[in-house]
Amino acid sequence: MKQTKRFFMIPYFIWIGLFVVAPLLLILYQSLTNNQHQFTFQNYVTYGTSSTYLHMSLNSLWYAFLITVITLLISYPAAYFLSKLKHQQLWLLLIILPTWINLLLKAYAFIGLLSRTGSVNSFLTFVGIGPQQLLFSDGSFLLVATYIEIPFMILPIYNAIVELNPALINASRDLGATNWQTFRRVIFPLTISGVKAGVQAVFIPSLSLFMLTRLIGGNRVITLGTAIEEHFMTTMNWGMGSTIGVVLIVMMFIIMALTNDRRKKRRELNDDEEN
Amino acid sequence: MKKIKFSSVYLVLVFIILYIPIFYLIFYSFNQGGNMNHFTGFTWAHYQELFSDKRMLVIVLDTFLIAILSSLFATMIGTFGALGIAGRKSQRTKSALLTLNNVLMVSPDVIIGASFLILFSALGIGLGFGSVLLSHIAFSIPIVVLLVLPKVNELDPALLNAAQDLGATNWQTFSRVIVPYITPGIFSGFFMAFTYSLDDFAVTFFVTGNGFTTLSVEIYSRARQGISLEINALSAVMFLFSLLLVVGYYFVNQYSHSRRQKQRRHAKNEVTLL
Repeated sequence: MKQTKRFFMIPYFIWIGLFVVAPLLLILYQSLTNNQHQFTFQNYVTYGTSSTYLHMSLNSLWYAFLITVITLLISYPAAYFLSKLKHQQLWLLLIILPTWINLLLKAYAFIGLLSRTGSVNSFLTFVGIGPQQLLFSDGSFLLVATYIEIPFMILPIYNAIVELNPALINASRDLGATNWQTFRRVIFPLTISGVKAGVQAVFIPSLSLFMLTRLIGGNRVITLGTAIEEHFMTTMNWGMGSTIGVVLIVMMFIIMALTNDRRKKRRELNDDEEN
Repeated sequence: MKKIKFSSVYLVLVFIILYIPIFYLIFYSFNQGGNMNHFTGFTWAHYQELFSDKRMLVIVLDTFLIAILSSLFATMIGTFGALGIAGRKSQRTKSALLTLNNVLMVSPDVIIGASFLILFSALGIGLGFGSVLLSHIAFSIPIVVLLVLPKVNELDPALLNAAQDLGATNWQTFSRVIVPYITPGIFSGFFMAFTYSLDDFAVTFFVTGNGFTTLSVEIYSRARQGISLEINALSAVMFLFSLLLVVGYYFVNQYSHSRRQKQRRHAKNEVTLL
């Protein structure tokens, strides 16, 4: 039994080695070499001393932060109200369905909606504000990125809210807490794991949405992802691209460390209980 | 009462926002005029254009071929991976394996794409169908593992012992007890892998090279050139397809769910009869 099991697991281990470990090592290696394959820290020095790169990174972080906050503000109430509905499975499907539509098509829809002669501008003209430059602006990038990330924030929060024991809310009400107190002291702290999962699911991709910065942002917003794509596909400077990639990976680990700890602790507690 | 009303209004608004761009695209796919601004009249012309576009047809077929092949391979490898992870005795090995498994789940697409590109060039694998297929298999495996693993963990060891006590061979235990039990997980895994592959743009964009294109990459390059209502027609078709997939997935889930409930009821009845 053991032997055959091991045998069938071989492809999985090959996968771990070849497509999980090796790519990470390779991107690290690439970031430490120049175009002549010599070992050098030059890329990191360039990155650390160039105001362009640092500014770009901060900018990217700032936009990812904004996208995450806006998405969270929209999604939390939505997830909460959703958990109170009948036929939740159906509504949930309706939330998930847009995520199954190709991201590029959604971005393309916004090109139509926001273009100079597009529907939003027609509406603005109709209301009397007059046409505005909507596409290729920071705002349009924020709007479309938020739009795309909303379902990914709603789902984990919804799951956390559904797991919440209703007896706790009843208890809080019985003990005289107002709705707001119940929310602030009971519901929100107990669903923070969902929020953290949502933040993780939104923040990290927001750092790397290069297609949106190209199609919607008109290259006004440069995210870390855009920079990596630029270095790999256009200027062919893989070393510098990998360096930015390593920076992105480091940020990813920081975000995961910030959003993971609580859940891990709880899992350990559960394990203890089981043991 | 008032509160409920506010929540409904809020949810309706969220749903409208989620669906406006999609229906906007589909609506203008029937537009006689060549743009997405003024609806001048109804026409099927863009659909005719789409279905007679040979290049597009090839791209659609390629995209589906990649999706089906990659999800099949990913499901097989991932299922055995999940069985293997669950079979580990030590908690530490388990969580180490799971961490490795999840690396690709949390990595940004750009990193996956760029690092796979370096990998393929280091291994001397040419960019094209093969590299795209390998990448899609690679990034679909972890989701399969994550969806199959809970089912494997639910598996009662007593069932396996019973099967073996009753003289089942390893293969019989595997095919008659383990696989039927974890089938819902395998199905969900396959489904997710399939949609991951259909949806992927960023990774494919990095590893596709010049000769080979998938739908996402094609839409990207066309969208950069501006608006063409053929893409609207395409998005309508893809929306219908996603709808079918979701509905199908929903019913498969419902079915296995109700069957399980029926079985449970059945078992209960038998117990009460005894």
